[in-house]
Amino acid sequence: MTRTIITAGTVLDQGGRRRADVAIGDDGRIAAVDEAIAPAAGDVVLDAAGCVICPGFVDLHVHLREPGKEEAETIETGSRAAALGGFTAVVAMPNTDPAQDSVAVIEFVRAQGRRAGLCEVVPSGCITVGRQGRTLAPLAELAAAGVRLFTDDGAGVQDPQLMRRALEYAGPLRITLAQHCEVAAMTAGAVMHEGACCSRLGVPGWPSLAEELMVHRDIELSRLTGSPVHLLHLSTAGSVALVRAAKADGLRVTAEATPHHFTLTDERLAGYDAVFKVNPPLRTAADIEAVRAGLADGTIDAIATDHAPHAPETKEAPLDQAPPGMLGLETALALSLTYLDMPLEDIIAALSWKPAAIAGLADRHGRPVTPGEPANLAVVDPAATWTVVPAKLASKSRNTPYAGMELRGSVRHTIFDGHPVVVDGVATR
Amino acid sequence: MKHLLSIDDLSAADITDLLDLTDHMVEIGQRPIPKVPALRGKNVVSLFFEDSTRTRTSFDTAAKRLSADTLNFAVSSSSVNKGESLRDTIETITAMGVDAFVVRHRSSGVPQMLTAWTTASVINAGDGWHQHPTQALLDCYTIRTGLNRRDGFDGLTVAVVGDVKHSRVARSDVDAFAKLGARVILVAPPTLLPTHVETWPVEVSHDLDSVLGELDVLYLLRVQRERMDDGLLPSLREYSTCYGLTAARAGALPGHALVMHPGPMNRGVEMVVDPGELPGSVILHQVANGVAVRMAVLFRLLGAGTDLKGHA
Repeated sequence: MTRTIITAGTVLDQGGRRRADVAIGDDGRIAAVDEAIAPAAGDVVLDAAGCVICPGFVDLHVHLREPGKEEAETIETGSRAAALGGFTAVVAMPNTDPAQDSVAVIEFVRAQGRRAGLCEVVPSGCITVGRQGRTLAPLAELAAAGVRLFTDDGAGVQDPQLMRRALEYAGPLRITLAQHCEVAAMTAGAVMHEGACCSRLGVPGWPSLAEELMVHRDIELSRLTGSPVHLLHLSTAGSVALVRAAKADGLRVTAEATPHHFTLTDERLAGYDAVFKVNPPLRTAADIEAVRAGLADGTIDAIATDHAPHAPETKEAPLDQAPPGMLGLETALALSLTYLDMPLEDIIAALSWKPAAIAGLADRHGRPVTPGEPANLAVVDPAATWTVVPAKLASKSRNTPYAGMELRGSVRHTIFDGHPVVVDGVATR
Repeated sequence: MKHLLSIDDLSAADITDLLDLTDHMVEIGQRPIPKVPALRGKNVVSLFFEDSTRTRTSFDTAAKRLSADTLNFAVSSSSVNKGESLRDTIETITAMGVDAFVVRHRSSGVPQMLTAWTTASVINAGDGWHQHPTQALLDCYTIRTGLNRRDGFDGLTVAVVGDVKHSRVARSDVDAFAKLGARVILVAPPTLLPTHVETWPVEVSHDLDSVLGELDVLYLLRVQRERMDDGLLPSLREYSTCYGLTAARAGALPGHALVMHPGPMNRGVEMVVDPGELPGSVILHQVANGVAVRMAVLFRLLGAGTDLKGHA
């Protein structure tokens, strides 16, 4: 039996930190966790000196572009970026072409994920047919096919009555509806956050209120229906306050925030570079502070990337014509470690077991590092510094807003389903 | 100075320098043969992605008076319509040998984007709602000559009236007037003001009649019919009633006050009175000064090592 032994590291999981080696059997499960495990002949040894061995990360929010926009990303290239970022599971958003509103497309996305074999690709389902916001997608059929998270991401469900019906219908299916909160009537043509910078640059803006109105609406719909709601990519101080109050009321509301919403402000758009165009938009310093505080006090459950690859020529269009979105998978951990004033345990929680629970993956991802558990692990060097070089990213696209920035914290190894898919920062597949 | 993208890039001294240079250009324009060899051999390409006969003709005339070669890149019949990207268009024309691009685009920020893809100078001839810096310079020159204010606009009060929100002219003019020391009042219904107007160097009024008596300059902006469809105005009639320049309102202006408009005018909307009957109207001076100001800008960007002497 060939084992993989991770040596000289510190295990960090829900149970805290402890010095231990980890042995992984060829059944894909953790075989032993012990202070010192002697490798046998034929065992693969991964050094983890100075590193933390933790449950693999779960990204609730990625756009893998397949099917439909394979020139920007494929499930394989996106999976490789995910593995390099320490993610062992990613939830693929449904705004593909065709959209993920049928079992056929869901099964295709899963199969492509298995073929790549770099992380678990977990398709989300649409709330409405074709993400058109008019009729309900086959929620029960998709739930029976194993889909646990549903969203029309890319857009919010605009009609409040339809959203109410969706939440009511979802109740017995034990699924979670996730919302891209944006009242579209207030954001036609929007290019960036509606603020002083936008006013000066002469472009239409996304007002904070357009997000907060829908955050409020869906919190109240969750209260009314009793169904859980997950709020995607919170970006404003007002949204964070609304979610904090909802949680204080004991509602079944969860939320995520992206690294770009806790690191970058709208002033980045001053040079009209569409790499910084994203929806929801980069907001103000006060919003960044509120998002960080929300993560620190647990109001925001998870760090999710909203990884959104776009081909270079599309991002070289004028700001009003370029598509919104930026890469995130390979920089999420480092941005969290560099910019969040939170204990390492809390950062890993927000990247791993908390999102695993929201995505319905808690049976196999974000598990404690103990014998018998599925071996989905990330080995992280919290002190290593590195510089973001777009051309070196595994994603098929280059639209990172962090080019040239030095960040702290890197992923050294990633173990997916017992396989070392990343070793010393290099993908093995 | 390599590019002219925004009034934001200019200090008050830079603006004054360009206006001083404009004096020379006006003088050249008054000669029997209004042409000097200053930019002989320089290639100026007009790249208008949005139609504008006035501005393009004005730049074209300015470049020719300085003996530059000019080329109009007609976007409608070009490869841009075949799906060529902005970047490829600029890199291709740059490779042919260009000293300056004069760019008009309906999207804010395009002139600035182009600077990354060309070694040539880029002059912004209007981008989206953002900036139209040569319009602001010609407006400053028109005020400076009309009110004899060579030393700046300290003590002057200028009202900019109309659709400020969607106006690149307003964004440029407000910056330029404020930099030269003027007090600027925006007059418009709240729906036609930009958001976060409190961060602009202006005062705001919604009552044109209450400010007319203190004005040295009344600057009217074009109000477009489509604003009603956006729910920003109930009707153009109501706008005209509240903010249009009628004979009565013109009569309430101080005798020395100038009336300005960037054109094209909407008669019967913002301009109810016939401007030909307004003694203070300098609207045609604005057009005439446009050529001289654009000569000054072209010379400042491309004329290093040459002078304005000699005849073509």
